[in-house]
Amino acid sequence: MAFAAFGSSAPTTQGQTKSGRVVLALLLPGLIYLVLFFVIPLVSLVLTSLEAPAASGKIGEYVPGFDIGNYSYVVTKYWPQIARSFGFAFLATIISLLISYPLAYFIGVKARSRPMLQRMLVTLVIAPFFISFLLRTIAWKQLLADHSPIMEWAHQVGLLSPSQSFIGSEAAVVFGLVYNFIPFMTLPLYTSLERLDIRFLEAGSDLYASPAKVFRKITLPLSMPGIISGTLLTFIPIAGDYVNASRDFLGSSNTSMIGTMVDADFLQNRNYPAASAMSVVLMGIILILVTWYVRKSGTEDLL
Amino acid sequence: MAGELSVAGADLELIDVRKDFPGFTALDDMDLHIPAGQFFALLGPSGCGKTTTLRIVAGLETPTQGRVLIGGKDITDTKPHERPVNTVFQSYALFPHMTILDNVAFGLRQRKVEDPVAKAQAALDLVELGHVGERRPQQLSGGQQQRVALARALVNRPSLLLLDEPLGALDLKLRRQMQIELKAIQMEVGLTFLHVTHDQEEAMDMADTVAVMNKGRIEQMGAPEALYDRPKTAFVSKFLGQSNLFVGKVVDSNANSVSIEVGGSKITVDKKRAEKHEGTIAIGVRPEKATFHESKPTLGADHVLIGPGEIIDIRFTGVSNQYLIEVPNVGEITVFAQNVGKSPVVELGAKVWISWKVEHSFGLRDLPDGTEDQG
Repeated sequence: MAFAAFGSSAPTTQGQTKSGRVVLALLLPGLIYLVLFFVIPLVSLVLTSLEAPAASGKIGEYVPGFDIGNYSYVVTKYWPQIARSFGFAFLATIISLLISYPLAYFIGVKARSRPMLQRMLVTLVIAPFFISFLLRTIAWKQLLADHSPIMEWAHQVGLLSPSQSFIGSEAAVVFGLVYNFIPFMTLPLYTSLERLDIRFLEAGSDLYASPAKVFRKITLPLSMPGIISGTLLTFIPIAGDYVNASRDFLGSSNTSMIGTMVDADFLQNRNYPAASAMSVVLMGIILILVTWYVRKSGTEDLL
Repeated sequence: MAGELSVAGADLELIDVRKDFPGFTALDDMDLHIPAGQFFALLGPSGCGKTTTLRIVAGLETPTQGRVLIGGKDITDTKPHERPVNTVFQSYALFPHMTILDNVAFGLRQRKVEDPVAKAQAALDLVELGHVGERRPQQLSGGQQQRVALARALVNRPSLLLLDEPLGALDLKLRRQMQIELKAIQMEVGLTFLHVTHDQEEAMDMADTVAVMNKGRIEQMGAPEALYDRPKTAFVSKFLGQSNLFVGKVVDSNANSVSIEVGGSKITVDKKRAEKHEGTIAIGVRPEKATFHESKPTLGADHVLIGPGEIIDIRFTGVSNQYLIEVPNVGEITVFAQNVGKSPVVELGAKVWISWKVEHSFGLRDLPDGTEDQG
């Protein structure tokens, strides 16, 4: 497109090569960035995932090779974590969507007549980003710890049985995931609902659709771009998250996800090929799922 | 096919309807009755309350007080989707995520009418767009979208069709063409049409009855010809066409006529064409009813004669010339003269007398803004 636009404004061959050079110069920083920080690490990751243990037998030493066995090793060893990662990601994305949609609808549609309120609510949605998410997750760990006021209360009213603790449970991890990633759902939904033309809704009710039907037939399809980008922006990072599920934060050894295992293999076991193979597997599954999802929702042109 | 779409329209009644918005009153105790099968136009400048009226009838606004009846049934508290009313919106509001055919079939599907696709196709055929059913709204031109919006409303056979400035976004030529088509469709299907517009030519051209609205009230209502021939308020006389208005104290009144004196000239109106007969009143005449003379003519009592004045502006508009004449102590008078001979008839600065037949004068109920009661 850019080339065509430049070409049409400069009809001579000389002009074309000149503007071609301008385009290249403008693209160069981006291209260099992509090659340095995406292509090279990706290739290196794939190569590492195929390395074999060094002949010396020392822990953490590997030589270049073509050891496909790394993949079967991680998939057989870590399949529960793989399944848990995508289960958690699926659950947390759905919960985020269910919480975010009414919130985004209120901010984007109902609060339109009050711009001050609208701006304030958007700021509140973004506000958590002003504090590091590690700090916030640590804070939740304190709040949800066994003898915290919240937990004392939960025990008192019988939400938890006397010997049960919330922290370290799967529910705690999903809670943390939802908490940390919900703005990525709310913001795209808000952007899409904020542009929703009320007149379509009026036309719907004028054409005999009840409020519930108007929502299902008009509001929902028209906000689909926001739903798609919101679910992708939450699902993908959640599937790879290694903070919330970690023992140091809200999880326990029973809640580890793919990210936790990559972390452990890289930093503790120094099994670099296994960690790399795990990352490639994670990437591959996400790529397949996203492609299927986008095809299915018929919104390829959005990406 | 038109027979399949046609139903008997229902009459619409607004009783004492009032709508207050924070800070202003959009509608002030409005009473309105539109007989079934009529093409009724609400005409007025923006902000006069005409769109609010339409939205109240559609159920998209709730009146502060008053009742709305369709076919004798009170629907004031009925939800919009339960009213036998359909609207052609100013913006068309065609659903962008549906095909044209799905748009037109939407209302039928909501009411679970049998065979929605065939009926939607028939409605599209009626507006001569049967071939675009599979396209999306954004692939159509403005005029085509307008016709789809019309088909989407008509296909439901509403008792009452509301049109909210549906031709506003079209260019002049297309607008005139759509006016003719819309009128033809209304006659064909026999529905009650309530048309809201600020275009006085459009209202006069299409409607059986026109109600001129101003500041949340109906100023005057009637057949287009009657409204034009005998406006009763200063607002109507200026909004519907152009008028020359003269304000003065009544100096002469007999069984048949009333006269005022303005700057030494006597301006007379037939008593039956005047709303007020004493005190300070305003008398008007349409610019095309007046003529001018280069020398003072001798005219009987059945004519009004003013002058002499000076021609200060001449505008060529094609079929006619508009002359602006400044008469000392009286003011500026506009006269239209057809381009049938020499054009312009007189030169700028010429001294002329203006006359018209008394039977063309009309007397107003109120005085134009900015004039004081001299009584």
